[in-house]
Amino acid sequence: MSIRVLSPGWLTSVQDSGRIGHAAIGVGRAGAMDDVALRLANALVGNAENAAALEITLRGPRLRFDSDALIALTGAVIDARCATQEIPLWRPVCVPAGAELDLGGMRRGARSYLAVAGGIDVASALGSRSTDINAALGPFSGRGLVAGDDLEIGKTVDGKLSPSSTALGGRSSGDRAGHDGIAAANWSLDPQPWFDARGDLPVALARGTHFECLSASSRRALFASEFRVGNESNRVGYRLESAKLKLEAPMELISEGVVPGTMQLPPNGIPIVLMAEAPTTGGYPRIGMVATVDLPRLAQRRPGDHVRFVETSLAEAQTRYLQRERALAALIQTITERLKR
Amino acid sequence: MNPFALEPLGDSALLIRLGDGIDIATNRSALALAATLRAAVLPGIRDIVPAYASVCVHYDIAVFASAAGPGSPHLLAAERVREIAARFLQANSAGTDAAAEGDTPVLEIPVRYGGEFGPDLGDVAKQAGIDEQAVIERHANGNYRVAMLGFMPGFPYLLGLDESLQTPRRASPRTRVPAGSVAIGGAQTGIYPRELPGGWQLIGRTPLVLFDPTREQPALLQPGQRVRFRAIDAGGEFAALTQ
Repeated sequence: MSIRVLSPGWLTSVQDSGRIGHAAIGVGRAGAMDDVALRLANALVGNAENAAALEITLRGPRLRFDSDALIALTGAVIDARCATQEIPLWRPVCVPAGAELDLGGMRRGARSYLAVAGGIDVASALGSRSTDINAALGPFSGRGLVAGDDLEIGKTVDGKLSPSSTALGGRSSGDRAGHDGIAAANWSLDPQPWFDARGDLPVALARGTHFECLSASSRRALFASEFRVGNESNRVGYRLESAKLKLEAPMELISEGVVPGTMQLPPNGIPIVLMAEAPTTGGYPRIGMVATVDLPRLAQRRPGDHVRFVETSLAEAQTRYLQRERALAALIQTITERLKR
Repeated sequence: MNPFALEPLGDSALLIRLGDGIDIATNRSALALAATLRAAVLPGIRDIVPAYASVCVHYDIAVFASAAGPGSPHLLAAERVREIAARFLQANSAGTDAAAEGDTPVLEIPVRYGGEFGPDLGDVAKQAGIDEQAVIERHANGNYRVAMLGFMPGFPYLLGLDESLQTPRRASPRTRVPAGSVAIGGAQTGIYPRELPGGWQLIGRTPLVLFDPTREQPALLQPGQRVRFRAIDAGGEFAALTQ
């Protein structure tokens, strides 16, 4: 059972929830940029939430399935079709052997997740199947997929290829199960709590260690300005362009730990928020910290999109994170029960 | 007891800072504190990252939230880490481990200096006001310690560079620095684990593989490892070691 990459799109890579526990030797977390969308895509096909799936960036790939497969797409609003049939998002869909899935542009958001029942079965490196492109570590020597790559699909937990047709809504035909042999569930998730469809919600930012070292006007500007996501933004970091931010006085710092969400200010005055492929250490002033709960929201902004920061406290950031985790766990439980029926 | 500062690094990490400069004593404390924290095996700790003068502790918000009950996960994580750090620094305030230095093994790193392997050797010599051979001797005679790894998997930042060899970074960074390049950046010296862009001065190259995720110990050099360099010739030995 495998998937052949016919064309890779703009950037498509294998990702799971990331590589934990090796930062002391310079190995960062990597993993999905929008971890929530990854987990929900996996849940929709009956996988463990941290199973490896495809992270699709800005423009989708063309893929051919050599056997029947149960798939789900979450995250950005992507054009998805199989032959003449449109593939709905945020719901389980069975595609038949030989199907070619054509994923195109994104109308909203920057990253879609394609999960396949059984997971993408690539060798793990240091405990994770995520691709760290900047560190050249992980599946396919740490690179994005290219045409001709074959992705093995793992075995599903119960050994069955896919949930029964009843799990997909109690029917095996109808308007969604066309002559192409594609069967979509008659239920789907409401993306609203998990995806910022208008792309205008603010991103919560706590003051960083060196926030007070900013000039008074830059301290105000950080929370008042509209920033533009820079064109060079990638899985390592998002450059946020606006009027340049200034320190009261230049600072020389020695390298110390940084994490995804750390907002650094290099000497050029353009802040960078470190993302999934954040290095493990850094030496620039840390003026802010994006709340972990809002990293998926930021990860869905595209180059040229705008971002506003709203000030948060550590306590509030953690409370919102825990609330989201509870809601997500409850939803995943509901999906799992639905698939068992 | 040595003072230390504990601060949040976002909502899921803490930073313990033991100093704000690069010196061997502070770095030794940071590495030993990291080892102590690792040995404590606190539930919910996801990663422990020592640096020159600090230790970064990544934690799982949910695990500390369940342990904290109605309390704050951040405050509980900070309290647990502070207790361990305070106890550790109290026990080590007498500098009792200074004698242990001689016991740790030294890893020898073969280096082909100069020429195409170290295109900036001449610039470093000029900056130091000595000839290239003297740079090689001074660099190879130094006693080094891995202060920390960072920037890339397996990239070691080494302490112990002879002061006369300190050379500012290149005005324009190279887009491709070959794997194994031994380089000087200001007061620091390090080794590129793979081909990367970089602005440090390249004085030589080692055939050793610094990082390989399939090895049992992926990084050749661990924080705290003592290191010496040995000059080798371009022909037989470099080629033989590359096999």
